[in-house]
Amino acid sequence: MSDNPEKSTSKGRKIVIIGNGIAGVTCARHIRKRDSAAQIFLISGETEHFFSRTALMYLYMGHMKYKNIKPYEDYFWGKNRLQLVYDWVTGIDFEEKTLQLQQHDSISYDTLILATGSVANKYGWPGQDLQGVQGLYSYQDLEQMEANTISCKRAVVVGGGLIGIEMAEMLRSRDIPVTFLVREENFWGNVLPKEEAQLVNRHVLEHHIDLKLVYELKEILDDGTGKVGGVVTSAGERIDCQFVGLAVGVSPNISLFKDTPLETNRGILVDEYFATNIPDIYAIGDCAEFRTPVVHRRSVEQTWYTGRMHGETLAYSLTQKPVPYHPGAWFNSAKFLDIEYQTYGVVPARWGDELQSLYWEHNEGKICFRAMFEADTKVLTGVNAFGLRLRHDFFDKALRNGSTIEEVLARLDKADFNGEFFDKGYQQDIVRAYNEQFDASLPVHKKKGLFSFLRS
Amino acid sequence: MKYIKPIGLTLFLASLVFFTSLLFLGQFRLTDAVLQEAVSEEHYPILKEELAPMIGETYDYNFTFASDFNAYFGAYNDRLRIEGQYEKVIWDDYAFSVTKAASIGFVADNKLLLLLLTIVAGSLGVLLYVLPTPQHKTGGLKQEGVYHSSLKSRGWVGIVVGTYLIAFYVLLYWFAEYITNWVLLADPVSIALSGNQASKWFMYGLIYTLAILVMGVRMFRKYRGNKYQTLRTASVMFFQLAFAFLIPEILVLFNKPWNDFKHIWPLDYTFFFEYRVENMLSSGAIGMFMLIWGILLVIIGVPLMSYFYGKRWYCSWVCGCGGLAETAGDPFRHLSTKSLKAWKIERWMVHGVLVFAVVMTAMTIANYFAEFTLLGDATGVVHQWYGFLISAAFAGVIGVGFYPFMGNRVWCRYGCPLAAYIGIVQRFKSRFRITTNGGQCISCGNCSTYCEMGIDVRWYAQRGQNVVRASCVGCGICASVCPRGVLKLENGPEQGRITDIPILTGNDSITIHQTVRS
Ligand SMILES: Cc1cc2nc3c(=O)[nH]c(=O)nc-3n(C[C@H](O)[C@H](O)[C@H](O)COP(=O)(O)OP(=O)(O)OC[C@H]3O[C@@H](n4cnc5c(N)ncnc54)[C@H](O)[C@@H]3O)c2cc1C
Ligand code: SF4
Ligand code: SF4
Repeated sequence: MSDNPEKSTSKGRKIVIIGNGIAGVTCARHIRKRDSAAQIFLISGETEHFFSRTALMYLYMGHMKYKNIKPYEDYFWGKNRLQLVYDWVTGIDFEEKTLQLQQHDSISYDTLILATGSVANKYGWPGQDLQGVQGLYSYQDLEQMEANTISCKRAVVVGGGLIGIEMAEMLRSRDIPVTFLVREENFWGNVLPKEEAQLVNRHVLEHHIDLKLVYELKEILDDGTGKVGGVVTSAGERIDCQFVGLAVGVSPNISLFKDTPLETNRGILVDEYFATNIPDIYAIGDCAEFRTPVVHRRSVEQTWYTGRMHGETLAYSLTQKPVPYHPGAWFNSAKFLDIEYQTYGVVPARWGDELQSLYWEHNEGKICFRAMFEADTKVLTGVNAFGLRLRHDFFDKALRNGSTIEEVLARLDKADFNGEFFDKGYQQDIVRAYNEQFDASLPVHKKKGLFSFLRS
Repeated sequence: MKYIKPIGLTLFLASLVFFTSLLFLGQFRLTDAVLQEAVSEEHYPILKEELAPMIGETYDYNFTFASDFNAYFGAYNDRLRIEGQYEKVIWDDYAFSVTKAASIGFVADNKLLLLLLTIVAGSLGVLLYVLPTPQHKTGGLKQEGVYHSSLKSRGWVGIVVGTYLIAFYVLLYWFAEYITNWVLLADPVSIALSGNQASKWFMYGLIYTLAILVMGVRMFRKYRGNKYQTLRTASVMFFQLAFAFLIPEILVLFNKPWNDFKHIWPLDYTFFFEYRVENMLSSGAIGMFMLIWGILLVIIGVPLMSYFYGKRWYCSWVCGCGGLAETAGDPFRHLSTKSLKAWKIERWMVHGVLVFAVVMTAMTIANYFAEFTLLGDATGVVHQWYGFLISAAFAGVIGVGFYPFMGNRVWCRYGCPLAAYIGIVQRFKSRFRITTNGGQCISCGNCSTYCEMGIDVRWYAQRGQNVVRASCVGCGICASVCPRGVLKLENGPEQGRITDIPILTGNDSITIHQTVRS
């Protein structure tokens, strides 16, 4: 294909990465660490420098400014000889190994890494292109949201997932009344078990967000000037509003590759080495779809953490020796308004007899803990924690080693990652809950004194 | 409920305007009796003659009185200098004491009432402003709207507040004769505590303590539910009120030297100066205790406590400068710069001040034991320069006046010699570190933004590396604001404290490959 097939592994090879998100940037950094000769290009049309997409909400809420959400200072890129190209790629010539750009001259590559991320879903609702209707994914979306909500008296957010609740929180921070339409019976009901989901439901209401469960969007109405004036729900109810946030998931951003030799399905199809069907072209992050997903994982992984791990792994493969993607136990975290959420391993929303669940909830209903384990062996499969901070390393090991629920409960103090002086009584409560729910008699360790931290 | 916040703000602003306008109120009359009381016996006859035109005159403004005084007083000294009679020049600073003693009329007659209407009312206003929580907030920790606030993001309100604070410090340190009316307000409190008239430092201490107490209440509200923040705030409030404000005055009441038992050399840079040491040595057992306690703190207390708990035991739990920074300064913590360049400057500056303080103290002690044959008055000059540059200009004017411009820990970060000393212990021999939670960081930047010491916490967190930094004061705010529960302040074994993890927890691809190979 290329005139010099050796070139892609030789010294001074030219590695071009489309997308300067967490996947592309991690990959670039790790390649640079192990290969000082490679020429590395990072192309993005969204922003010149890498920023933390997960922090977009904090800009709107006034926690931070744009410069604060850039994880590296601007000099970093030059110092590490990572060449930034602030432009959109408009086409790829796979034969000539070159990229066409909107503003700049075309760029050739020896190795091409696609890390183009996602785009917000829209399901063809009538009125979805009106002014004031938008998703939240890119920096431009955020700017648009600023403009769209300037004189907004009520907003509707559609979609009971992570971005939906973030949008609702953002709007509430500016005292804009919010109606939150959720299709499922509970918030994030297809991921969270009922109790956790209901805990979040309550908290959402406590924040005076008008949560409407089992509601779907049917139509978005024009106010007569091309702007949104309201929505109609599947129940036929009309809600007046000046802003509609669509947060019904994201899909791989693959429009650039439509009708090209690159094989795509929902995302860019890759094997466990992130290799696409075309030699020297790889895909990582939100835009990649595994032909064969890793056990217990989705074929398209759309989180910050997975983007980073893809980047780490591919960089290793390109500089040391090819290694297949082999993530450890699943983990994730989020914050639902004021309540932090962490999860390790597999906790399904619904389960059968093969699994058992230990659930404990604090009497104020804002803190809870769930552990899932196999019914026959008692081996832990995963935990959910709300309002508690748990140690990643602890559960990573416990899940890898196949520890049983009882082994984990006996060492729960080692799993604690809450701040000093945090009331550690929850640990005994959880063990008591286990003893009650499973008719066991694990010892309940004495509560440590106030000044126990002095001895730790 | 809805009106409490606006009422509080109005009350605060009204009190502040009134407080400021006090400088233009009241009258001043220098009488023979006043002069006799305010200056030393030796200088009285001279000044009586020099100030003759002022005696018996009633001035309507503080600044006309003070500038007349300075003019006559200065003329006398200038004359002597021209004539070469240096030994007769009066070095004592009488402008403040004479002006204060000469106060009559509205302010001097209504001290207590005016104290209530300005400083106390202002504090009350702030309390009313900080206590209520907007209805839809449920108490989670939020930095909402910080960058939309003109005060907190170097907008015009911030510039006005900063300028006011700077002006306050300049007047306090160098032109105190123009703010005697403020000092008068503190008289009733000072007399109640120690039986003495208030000095400018007492007035400053009173406002300082109130600022810590009132803004400490704000901290309780803002970080409620977070025990670390609550306890540490209560601690600085206690140490300021008891150790820095009440106990020293009570000592004075019993004719003992004024002493703040938590003020440690070299932050307390005058501790080993001749007059302090002599004062302590001549005050019997309690004076001896002060001296020994102060020395033990420096050589045993600081290293030991910092070994076990890190710098925080002092900087975020005890210290008065830290106390003000963590309470009144909290709204400005994000304004500290996080750049690598700032870190480089910081290291040179803060250790430079430490060296300055150590050399100065060593000189002083050597000179003392050599009975002033060694350096003569040279140490005095060094003391003056340190006092002017470091203590007044740096710790005061820049340290607090720059809150709205450079954040709340400018002094602690760039100038405090004690912080430099503890920092060295924390960096190289301590059990304290901030641990990061595996691979959970989303690089959002909240931690770095709200680190008052300008530490780029995210840089560590996103690579799973413990934060071990000399400058970290252990305020715990980074851990509190992290939305993903990634950071935890911990004391633990020294082994494994400084980490460097190439691949974060959660990705086995590479480790598995390596184990297979080996
Ligand atoms: C509001 C929000 C909150 C989130 N919160 C979390 C969270 O808390 N935790 C979590 O795990 N995940 C979260 N996510 C998901 C997470 O941010 C993504 O999974 C992650 O950023 C994907 O990284 P990436 O590198 O694959 O792609 P991206 O970050 O999307 O980067 C791709 C870049 O490529 C650019 N690009 C695409 N096509 C072209 C082209 N043709 N030419 C030039 N440039 C191009 C894009 O503009 C973009 O800048 C959140 C996402 C959003 C939107
Ligand atoms: S690193 Fe964290 S604990 Fe240390 S000073 Fe900064 S914010 Fe405070
Ligand atoms: S440690 Fe927490 S606050 Fe800091 S960048 Fe990471 S997720 Fe954000």
